[in-house]
Amino acid sequence: MSVILILIGFSLSVAILFLVLYLWAVRSGQYDDKYTPSVRILFDDEIKEEQEDDKSTNQTTNSKNLKQNSIN
Amino acid sequence: MIQIDKYMSTEVELKCYHCGEECESDDIRIDDKIFCCNGCKTVYEILDQNNLCTYYSLDETPGITKKKEIKRNYDFLDDPQLKEELIDFTDGTTTKVTFSIPQMHCSSCIWILENLFKLNPGIKFSRADFLKKIVTIQFAEKEISLKEVVELLDAIGYEPDLNLEGKQKEKSTSHNKKLAYKIGIAGFAFGNIMLFSFPEYLHVESFSQDSMKEIFGYLNIVFSLPVFFYSASEYFISAYKGLKKKIVNIDVPVSIGIIVLFFRSLIEILSQTGPGYLDSMTALVFFLLVGRIFQNKTYDALNFERNYKSYFPIAVTIRKNGKETTKPVGKLKVRDRIIIKNNELVPADSVLINGRGFIDYGFVTGESNPVEKVNGDLIYAGGKQVGGAIEVETIKEVSQSYLTQLWNNEAFSKKYHSDINSMVNVVSKYFTFVILSIATIAGIYWWPESSIAFNAITAVLIIACPCALALSTPFTLGNSLRIYGKNKFYLKNTDVVEAMSEITDIVFDKTGTLTETGSASVKFMGEPLTEDEKVLVKTLVRNSAHPLSNGINELFDVPVTENVTDFKEIPAKGIEAIINGRRVKIGSQMFVNHFADENKIDLSTKVYLAIDNEIRGYFAIKNAYRKNLSEIIGSLKKEYNLYLLSGDNDSEKPELQKFFGEDTVMKFRQTPQEKLDFVKSLQEKNRKVLMIGDGLNDAGALKQSDVGISVSENANNFSPACDGILESSSFKKLHEFINFAKTSKRIIIASFIISFVYNVVGIYFAVQGTLSPVIAAILMPLSSISVVVFTTVTTNLFAKKKRLL
Repeated sequence: MSVILILIGFSLSVAILFLVLYLWAVRSGQYDDKYTPSVRILFDDEIKEEQEDDKSTNQTTNSKNLKQNSIN
Repeated sequence: MIQIDKYMSTEVELKCYHCGEECESDDIRIDDKIFCCNGCKTVYEILDQNNLCTYYSLDETPGITKKKEIKRNYDFLDDPQLKEELIDFTDGTTTKVTFSIPQMHCSSCIWILENLFKLNPGIKFSRADFLKKIVTIQFAEKEISLKEVVELLDAIGYEPDLNLEGKQKEKSTSHNKKLAYKIGIAGFAFGNIMLFSFPEYLHVESFSQDSMKEIFGYLNIVFSLPVFFYSASEYFISAYKGLKKKIVNIDVPVSIGIIVLFFRSLIEILSQTGPGYLDSMTALVFFLLVGRIFQNKTYDALNFERNYKSYFPIAVTIRKNGKETTKPVGKLKVRDRIIIKNNELVPADSVLINGRGFIDYGFVTGESNPVEKVNGDLIYAGGKQVGGAIEVETIKEVSQSYLTQLWNNEAFSKKYHSDINSMVNVVSKYFTFVILSIATIAGIYWWPESSIAFNAITAVLIIACPCALALSTPFTLGNSLRIYGKNKFYLKNTDVVEAMSEITDIVFDKTGTLTETGSASVKFMGEPLTEDEKVLVKTLVRNSAHPLSNGINELFDVPVTENVTDFKEIPAKGIEAIINGRRVKIGSQMFVNHFADENKIDLSTKVYLAIDNEIRGYFAIKNAYRKNLSEIIGSLKKEYNLYLLSGDNDSEKPELQKFFGEDTVMKFRQTPQEKLDFVKSLQEKNRKVLMIGDGLNDAGALKQSDVGISVSENANNFSPACDGILESSSFKKLHEFINFAKTSKRIIIASFIISFVYNVVGIYFAVQGTLSPVIAAILMPLSSISVVVFTTVTTNLFAKKKRLL
């Protein structure tokens, strides 16, 4: 049965690791803003001159969602 | 007020490349891009020079119009004391500052605000938070000053909303973080303890003799320690605080339950007489905390705590020794000379010295039309200048001014939230005593056998721990809050829902609440004018800058004539001229008709017209009432006492009586203080008052009332301190909202009954001293979950029935 103790030791250390990660994530402010990062990730680093005319429609719809979300 | 957007659209719509507003012509342009004004063009140029035109490709016409912009002077940001208050942190080289940017509205906004460093290398880092509408900026003090940062933001159209009361919000975020830690730890412990308790639930034969049992027990104790001492601590503190004030709140029986659970489990495990109830304890704490987070729904972008300071500018332009400088409002002294520009507020009671004042007291009194002031006239703080710049001299300090004195009233220092009124706390008082007596009786009954007596007493206290009771309120009210939010009715917290369910009287403000802002219309009363006469009137008012003239100008759609002679404008009286050979006079009754009896003068906002010395009638400014107002008032009147308080004159009384009926109390010319006192007098008669208002003039009454709701065209606009912000488009649902609060209360009572049933079943086992950990582990989460499901489902169901979902 002592094998169970070893397994418990492992599982507990994994569980505690996740708890610590969670506490760290809260502490570092990752849950403070739950919306802006979802927009930020869609920004390209630099849009080239040629691409400027090609108005990205998906981002326009994205902004509509934004307006709805602006209060909740 | 009366807007001048009657621009007739030509065949091709010309839209500003920057802000998307219609352009009057295509004169202002760069290449093929048209702009509505030079301000927008400038912003485009700035962005173009810095290769930031991505701004325009993320979203179409994302800009903020610069049409109505005036050049602002930010010199006051060099004031060290003010600077200190605005910034978050500085180490001498790098400074961090957080600005509220109400204009933030699309992904382009986020993008440009996060690329500020490309505009000025002094800015090291900037990050936007869209929901809170704030941007955090770090900049190098040596390369760019705070003033320059603000000027930069202003230049690209994102003028920060500078005020000194934004700091409170940080407190609530740190509180939320703490709650998140507590839930994380409780959930972690709950899951693991449950796992270690499984062999016990399943009655594994070999397990009962095994040393494993012992080890699992000790592990459970280790896991439960942080839950007991950290996660559950706020319940103990709240219970202690309640008892100290001689209030038995819901946290008292909850704390008793948790403490008994913990110590009985400790004794059982250490004496190896049983497995303990630590799984139930941690589950209990976990569920309670989840309920708390559900209840803590907040609207980040909204502010319910505003006072006059957020309306007033934080600094004003003053003239000193002939030079114009800026000064923080707080440092204003008596006899300072202030320059008030168009659309700026007068921050302190002052006397007009120079210029023509058209003061809009809409904020203070609710009176919708600007009042004309001439040199030497007194101007109260809170008045807004409409028109050219004026110079005033302060006669009182800001905090001593007529309007701001309202905030010295005790209504503003009292804390809104009171534990005693909350229904759950009333119930918990009786509940606690009943449970304690049952436990005592069970103890006495079993007394000779002390171990059974101990078991019975602790088991009663454990099983009766009102977890379900404690959860029903947060989940019902939290869900109601969300349903209200979906209907554009934003409440400060869940206590407001409860307070709203007990309302007996409703007090309305008139201007801005019953009337629609921005839709005042001018009507001509008298014999209809001929086309020729209309030409005369329009020609005359076109020459005047008075705001009322604008309204009359809008009324007639006729050509104007240039044949004007002898034009005279007499301040505070009226205008006259000879047009097409006819003498036209427009103005006050006295001005137009010299024989008018001074005592009989109609004080309502009427502008008289005389042509060739013959009075033809008057122009009346009519406020447009909200649509369906008579239906809303009609249905509310059946159930509640209605009152109307207006800062305006009583010229519209007959009109209002059509809605309210003859018997409703209506008070006119009410000062902010009188409004507050009226609400107070109702409360002294034990009435529960709901106040609905909009402006600063209602601030006192809103604060004093049991539920103060501020009506706003847009929830993100400024609104005075209140318990809820109602977007005017949802005003028609007011009655449903109040009814729904009552429904929520009934749902809470129903869920109380459900949780009592569980308690009775549990106590049946407990008094016999036969409460096994398995029954506890099943019964406690089951009761909690069923109450949560019941409240959530029923609130949604009733919301659908009332068409709120």
